[in-house]
Amino acid sequence: MEISEQRQGDILVLIPVGRINNDTSTLFQPKLLESVGPAGSKVLIDFTSVEYISSAGLRALMMAAKQSKANNGRLAVAGLTPMVKEIFAISRFSMVVQVFETMAEAIKALS
Amino acid sequence: MLIRFWGSRGSLPSPLNYRAVRAKILEAILASRGQSIESAEAVEKFIDTLPFAVRGTYGGNTSCTEIVTGGDEYVLCDMGTGSREFGNSVLAKFGPAKKNRFNIFMSHLHWDHVMGFPFFTPSYIPGNVIRIHGCHKAMRETFARQQSNPSFPVDFKTLGATIEFVELEPGRIYEIDGLSVQTIAQRHGGDSYGYRFSKDGKTMVYSTDSEHKFETLDENYPFVEFFRNADLLVFDAQYSLADQISVKEDWGHSSNMIGVELAQLAGVKQLVMYHHEPVNDDRMLDKILAETRRYEEISRPEQARKLIVTSAYDGLEITL
Repeated sequence: MEISEQRQGDILVLIPVGRINNDTSTLFQPKLLESVGPAGSKVLIDFTSVEYISSAGLRALMMAAKQSKANNGRLAVAGLTPMVKEIFAISRFSMVVQVFETMAEAIKALS
Repeated sequence: MLIRFWGSRGSLPSPLNYRAVRAKILEAILASRGQSIESAEAVEKFIDTLPFAVRGTYGGNTSCTEIVTGGDEYVLCDMGTGSREFGNSVLAKFGPAKKNRFNIFMSHLHWDHVMGFPFFTPSYIPGNVIRIHGCHKAMRETFARQQSNPSFPVDFKTLGATIEFVELEPGRIYEIDGLSVQTIAQRHGGDSYGYRFSKDGKTMVYSTDSEHKFETLDENYPFVEFFRNADLLVFDAQYSLADQISVKEDWGHSSNMIGVELAQLAGVKQLVMYHHEPVNDDRMLDKILAETRRYEEISRPEQARKLIVTSAYDGLEITL
């Protein structure tokens, strides 16, 4: 898995590519935590190129969501692929992390 | 080895109410319209086509699981309210004249795991021997306290059966009634313990009331070795993953997804979800089972064997 990033105004967009599993969440987690670290930061994760996410990846996402909330920031995900969407439903993560259908919708909401 | 579930619910008993039964009847009758179900046999076949949540129930008794070993003694895990029905079944089968020996293994001493004991009829019959095994030092005190004034009219000290408490040491392997028994300490308020039972090449692991927290899930996580190649893993899947690691973090329970990942890594053959959340009705438990089977499919490593996923219900029997 690789993660790139880009800026959309005041939103930091993280773009992971590949599978976020037990091995690769060790890259995913520190990158997420670093991104939500600054107070008031707005972070959006583009999931359009993520094929799979395991409990370890979801745990990293939860840690980042908690930290973001504590820092008065915003964290959201968008563009879930069908399999990742299923995993979000099975884990009930849609109830604890803000999920948008498309990147455009997410950027509009966070701007 | 046969595993029989007498109580599968977590935290507290949760019986069906009349509305839930009526809703099942309504749904079944609606589904029967247009079907040819004149004979009893045809009705039975039709019932089998209905979802489990309509034709049955997961039940509301709290933790109690029997291991039928083929030996002379009974083996039970936990004494939740399911143990009342187990005790009655023993009496119904043999009557009070036959004296029996029971080995009971306690995961821990929280109320949902001990509350069936005052209604466990074999404890009232002289000649029966009940050995209660566990790693907690307060076993005797806990059983005696719940069965004393003003909580219960029959004092623990007056029970007719011979009741012994056997303290086990975590990690050590014991031989009890022909079973190899090993324990592991688990993360739960006041501690809990998992059991690995083996006999004649078959292994069943009983691991309830256990929260799994790890930085990385790999071979170094001690439960992977404890669950290794088990034929059956009875696993605390009370919460969703989101609940487990957010609002219910440190409440001492695990989730279906962690159960699947751990079982896959450990090479377990069959995973049984157990200690169901009391607010989940039969329909929700059916949904969770379907979702968990799907997650097993999605997360299964290449070349790996399919993990069988089941959800425990009161009355379920699984032969290993």
